[in-house]
Amino acid sequence: MMELVVKKPGMLTSVQDLGRWGYQSSGVPVAGAMDLPALRLGNAMLGNPQEAAALEVTLIGPELEVIGCGAAVFTGADLGFSVNERTVGSWRAVVLTKGDVVSFSGSKGEGCRGYLCLAGGVEAPVVMGSRSTYMRAKIGGIEGRALKAGDVINSGEPAPLWRRLDGFRLPEEAIPAYTAGEPLAIMTGLQEEAFTDKGKQVLFESEYIVTAQSDRMGCRLEGPKVEHTERGADIVSDAIPLGAVQIPGHGMPIIMLADRQTTGGYTKIGVLTPLSIASLVQKVPGTKVRFRAASVEEGALEQRRIAAAVNRAGELRLSYVSCGPGAARPLSGSFRLTLEGKTYDISCEEILKE
Amino acid sequence: MSVAIYIDDPKYLNAGESCVVAEFADEIDRGANDAVMNLKKHLLNQKNIPIVECLPTYRSLAIYFDSTAVSAQEVIAEARSAPKAAGEEAGAHMSISIPVCYGGEYGPDIANVARHAGISEEEVIKRHSARTCHCYMIGFLPGFAYLGGMDETIATPRLANPRTVIKGGSVGIAGKQTGIYPIDSPGGWQLIGRTPLRLFTPEAARPTLIEAGYEVRFLPVTEEEYKKIAAETAVGGYEALITEAK
Repeated sequence: MMELVVKKPGMLTSVQDLGRWGYQSSGVPVAGAMDLPALRLGNAMLGNPQEAAALEVTLIGPELEVIGCGAAVFTGADLGFSVNERTVGSWRAVVLTKGDVVSFSGSKGEGCRGYLCLAGGVEAPVVMGSRSTYMRAKIGGIEGRALKAGDVINSGEPAPLWRRLDGFRLPEEAIPAYTAGEPLAIMTGLQEEAFTDKGKQVLFESEYIVTAQSDRMGCRLEGPKVEHTERGADIVSDAIPLGAVQIPGHGMPIIMLADRQTTGGYTKIGVLTPLSIASLVQKVPGTKVRFRAASVEEGALEQRRIAAAVNRAGELRLSYVSCGPGAARPLSGSFRLTLEGKTYDISCEEILKE
Repeated sequence: MSVAIYIDDPKYLNAGESCVVAEFADEIDRGANDAVMNLKKHLLNQKNIPIVECLPTYRSLAIYFDSTAVSAQEVIAEARSAPKAAGEEAGAHMSISIPVCYGGEYGPDIANVARHAGISEEEVIKRHSARTCHCYMIGFLPGFAYLGGMDETIATPRLANPRTVIKGGSVGIAGKQTGIYPIDSPGGWQLIGRTPLRLFTPEAARPTLIEAGYEVRFLPVTEEEYKKIAAETAVGGYEALITEAK
């Protein structure tokens, strides 16, 4: 099992998983990973269960010293994931051994968040069904806070054959498109009727800028004002789903993210689709975004596409580790393979392209 | 503005691909809240569709589901099949007594409330603890109960300058609302007392003391009693009085 000592914590590194579902009716926010597809794919690449936790890294990554060995992969934005100062990059698994130093050389372009996933998942006490850190109430993760120097991170029991994961790379076509540069898709609904036609037109035809007042709770945007009807911007407090596009009286959209409060009293024009959320959370302040209207069916289709990509990543992992130690990459053809005392007849097709 | 209440035929609002909201009213309404609780109960007991969780609010129920396994239409169809709320039946709730030490260091704003209402501090305590409040929903903070039904003669506006830190357990008034801060938090409510009970215990099987639908009574206690209960609570030895409401 892997053990890592935190030398430098980075800008904001916290333990996150799929979130703390089931307690919103108690006022407990879901929290969890901001970029859920990136976390899920990282877990699939390592053979972890989907609910396994990882370290969510923001912009400036941590420095970690490896004490006990294991396999790891960094997914999401390219933040310059390196081992012993040699760049490994994102979406590529690596086996770490005692004495290795994990560090991040900085953002390599677009994107500000990624997930350092460990084979076996990051260990942390399960609080209300989740290991996610929710810093405002100081629960989950490491004492409910971001990492600090001196913390020790342990992995759980890794899936078998983890040593063979070294060099396993997720090909680009197996990573769902993050629609960078494309308009973010809003599934309209909720208090849609609280906005004038002109207000909606402004929202869908204007450019908005991600402001510095954005965090894990929400992304505040600045741009042309979205007009409400005379009914106004306030409602009797109502539920806030992930990705809800909330527009208070000032007319500027606030997109509600992982650490959002469970309920709130501002009108919401709709909800971003899952891939649009993943795309938005990667945008640094100053980035321009546009919107388009989408249907609920489109959002559901994206969820199925993400699930299919996760399954595909799991299959690619299996085909990679099955090739046995020493094989640089999967080979095509049929052969006999002995794994942990059992013999299999395997036919293998080359799918990974360098 | 007209108040729209549609208890027998809720509106179903799109809330993304994995959530629909059943809205029973657009204002705070006890009948609508009962209908919300009724639908929640039905959905959590059914076995036809995978529901991730249900979040009741004053007047609506957010239904979160697994969109890779079920469509919004199927969720709405299941919700429509729920038996309609019969006012009486939906009225069967749990009742909880919350001990509160009023005034002094525990309730530094009680004098404000007394002055605003034109009554004595003793009368504020009497009026605040006389009525049974209804918990419409939990939100804002873990375990924060939105209570309705406070005696409106002690309604007091929020502080002009919110405090940066309010102790968990503080009981406050904001306009016609009363509530308890479950954890240390900033806030602008007029603080009139504090309960020694823990409202939010993350590691417990039931992490919040008050749940939506509960009837809440405030029980004035002396400082001595407060300290005794606080000590028992600290070692997990105090059981809050929760009974079935009449």
